[in-house]
Amino acid sequence: MRSDGPKASLGLKISAAAGLIFMIAPLLLIFVYAFTTEEKSYQWPPPGLTLKWFGVTLNRPDVWQALTLSIQVASISTAIALVLGTLCAAAVSQSDFFGRETISLLVILPIALPGIITGIALRSAFSLAEIPFSFWTIVLGHATFCVVVVYNNAVARFRRTSKSLIEASMDLGADGFQTFRYVILPNIGTALLAGGMLAFALSFDEVIVTTFTAGQQQTLPLWMLEELIRPRQRPVTNVVAMIVVLVTTIPILAAFYLTRDGDQIAGSGK
Amino acid sequence: MTAAVCLRNVSRHFGVIKAMDEVNLTIASGEFFAMLGPSGSGKTTCLRVIAGFEQPTHGHIEIFGEDATGVPPYRRNVNTVFQDYALFPHLNVLDNVAYSLMLKKAPRAERHKAAEAALDMVKLAGYGTRRPSELSGGQRQRVALARALVNRPKVLLLDEPLGALDLKLRESMQEELKSLQKALGITFIFVTHDQGEALSMADRVAVFSGGRVIQVGTPEEIYARPNSRFVADFVGSSNVLNPDQVSALTGERRWGSLRSESVRLAPEAGSALAGTVTTKNYLGATTRLGIDIGGSSIHALLPSGQELPDIGARTGLAFERGALHLMEAEQ
Amino acid sequence: MTTTALAITERRPGILGWLSDQFWRHPGMFVLLLLTPPLLWLGIVYIGSLLALLFQSFFAIDEFSGVVDYSTLTLKSYAELLRPANLDIIVRTVVMSALVTLASAVIAFPIAYMAARYVRGKWKALFYLGIMLPLWSSYLVKIYAWKLILAKEGILTWVFESLHIGFVLDWVLAIPVIGGNSLSVSYIGTFLVFVYVWMPFMILPIQASLERVPVNLIDASSDLGATPQQTFWKVIFPLALPGIIAGSIFTFSLTLGDYIIPQIIGSSRLFIGQAVYAQQGTAGNIPLAAAFTVVPIVIMGLYLWMAKRQGAFDAL
Repeated sequence: MRSDGPKASLGLKISAAAGLIFMIAPLLLIFVYAFTTEEKSYQWPPPGLTLKWFGVTLNRPDVWQALTLSIQVASISTAIALVLGTLCAAAVSQSDFFGRETISLLVILPIALPGIITGIALRSAFSLAEIPFSFWTIVLGHATFCVVVVYNNAVARFRRTSKSLIEASMDLGADGFQTFRYVILPNIGTALLAGGMLAFALSFDEVIVTTFTAGQQQTLPLWMLEELIRPRQRPVTNVVAMIVVLVTTIPILAAFYLTRDGDQIAGSGK
Repeated sequence: MTAAVCLRNVSRHFGVIKAMDEVNLTIASGEFFAMLGPSGSGKTTCLRVIAGFEQPTHGHIEIFGEDATGVPPYRRNVNTVFQDYALFPHLNVLDNVAYSLMLKKAPRAERHKAAEAALDMVKLAGYGTRRPSELSGGQRQRVALARALVNRPKVLLLDEPLGALDLKLRESMQEELKSLQKALGITFIFVTHDQGEALSMADRVAVFSGGRVIQVGTPEEIYARPNSRFVADFVGSSNVLNPDQVSALTGERRWGSLRSESVRLAPEAGSALAGTVTTKNYLGATTRLGIDIGGSSIHALLPSGQELPDIGARTGLAFERGALHLMEAEQ
Repeated sequence: MTTTALAITERRPGILGWLSDQFWRHPGMFVLLLLTPPLLWLGIVYIGSLLALLFQSFFAIDEFSGVVDYSTLTLKSYAELLRPANLDIIVRTVVMSALVTLASAVIAFPIAYMAARYVRGKWKALFYLGIMLPLWSSYLVKIYAWKLILAKEGILTWVFESLHIGFVLDWVLAIPVIGGNSLSVSYIGTFLVFVYVWMPFMILPIQASLERVPVNLIDASSDLGATPQQTFWKVIFPLALPGIIAGSIFTFSLTLGDYIIPQIIGSSRLFIGQAVYAQQGTAGNIPLAAAFTVVPIVIMGLYLWMAKRQGAFDAL
């Protein structure tokens, strides 16, 4: 039974708070740097504050190109991952066939193995097959490791959906397709949405595998990597970084609201 | 008149497990039919075969004369009330009930009217806008019932419908189901492990064990004239007498069953059966005595309120000649 | 009781109707159909390329011509790994991964503990966001943030100077091996960034396994006479261990293969990831690169196998 049990000790509260601050503070720091007037170094404290770098960033064509490409890649990879991930999750939760654990392992592998391995493997595969590095090779790479994000969310939700619902739907006259549309989809819909959004964020941010699977194109992370190694205009990088943080926040918040009821049960421990 | 459901030599195997073994059953139209048996006896599998969720490994099934053997559940005019009710959590009560009509593309006004009527029939008028999560167990069951009946199916299947309800609720639901069935005239087939329920509600009962149908008959037949030890044991509280004891009483070497309530106390001297009282349980209106007659026990169900012997006392037992029901011969 | 409706209705017209009936009749086939596209993709695209890479590690580059000799299978590339310079790289990477994992576990535990046991309602939402946002924030942005912080003219130096303890920073930087000219070119810097970037992955698995500890176990423990300390070490910690191990899989594996963080924040001494990158890039020595990648694969394989035996997979 849940109770207003013992309160956490002060030491625990402090270490937890310190940990959380450690995690969030550096990101907030970037926001400050986006307004600095200092152009050549990372001087702290900032000598002055200005909004002019926002304008400069908006006028940089390479930033826009990179941004557009990232959004396109993320959208298509997410779509592919949604389909494949849901298919896998449906199959795994449908019946207890012997390969279940293997499938779970297979799906998780692209994200469990270090990105560089996935990257090199895909790169050498593409060269062997003489596929030119292009938009589509990037998408192929991204979709491969985005599947697991959708899969996890879908499997968790499938597990919570009672099997008798499908039988009840069929009993009342719905065939397989109608049952999918009217019963299954509404019940896993929000989990798919959450998984899809997380997959989008993952793809949007990915740099390691992308370095190996891209041709001449630059996604936004690739652009950032370039700037990190050979900075052109530091403040512009700051502005872009700030925007990226804000943009990735949205899917996280949304995914949170969608999977809130039920999946994260408070630690009352059953 | 065509039988509502006809199962012919239906078997359902899961690997080596025979969930159903050569079952032959004919259920008449308009009947309130019960399938009774312990867990794992095959009664639920049988229900699922009729509904279409399981396919028979061998055999045929006919519904109102039409062959249903290869037909999926959504094409059978048979509806089910599930044990866990299986209400769709993403729809409100009204949409749940109207689901099957929605599939048929009935216009909304019509759907809602029919759904309201169905809810009215199960005494849940006005609950349409609620969500299943807001309802109690008993209410959910009624919604499940309304949802299954709104289509006026030819056969209604109920899977342990009253199992989750408390005693008072169970008894009142039994009455309601019975009167509902009479009013609608639909064939009801329900599965239960509670023999009291089966006896009180059904027109006919099929007793299952180990995937086979042991006996089919009216409640009275099943109760008073069980055809085997299993049925005698499972239905009602019965005493089973072995061939030695039966031959001592009647001369025939057969198994016999004697209902506990048919046993009367008699003076020890002159009684064919006599023994020591070992247990005494007060059950309210009746008291159950266990009497050790040397090697086995006889239970007697006697009205409370009269003078009953205590534990340790010796007593004789008597019963009417017709009360001892003879079953199969010694094997 | 007169009804003219049929007991069996007609099949839905068209291919969908036929398909529906088939799926019901042959559920096994349906599952197979579901699985084929994803398996095809993962099996062929992914596993196939992994195997191709592995296969390449059994060849070697000809030192004189600089071209890979595909005609003879050899273990020469693996032998290359044992050269002192390369062994250095491997050891360096493994040690860093272990340290990062330890530090992450220590920092993550209080956070996960608070989140699992003591936080309710509105605070739970805050904690969740506080954990998820850094977790999912852009990897590069996080590295970039630390480049700002660790820069010689950046905020960290400023803090130390303002508190008049600048000498502490100099002293730290003077430590041999892990020190350096500034934080952003020292092992300490690399370590800090690794911890920052990978630690969030520790929190959720630990939190999940802590949440699974029934409250009444703790009550039972104190009921039987254990002090809070004992209860923690003998009851809670062992039950949280699978979660810690599960989280460590991430931190260990991610540090093992990373090549970007050491490149941006660190000395010029290489880690495995950088070695792989260098070898397959300009050096064109794919077999050696492949051999290098085998090292983290083998290490992670062993680690995963041990973790599975400890039941860590359930905490994922």
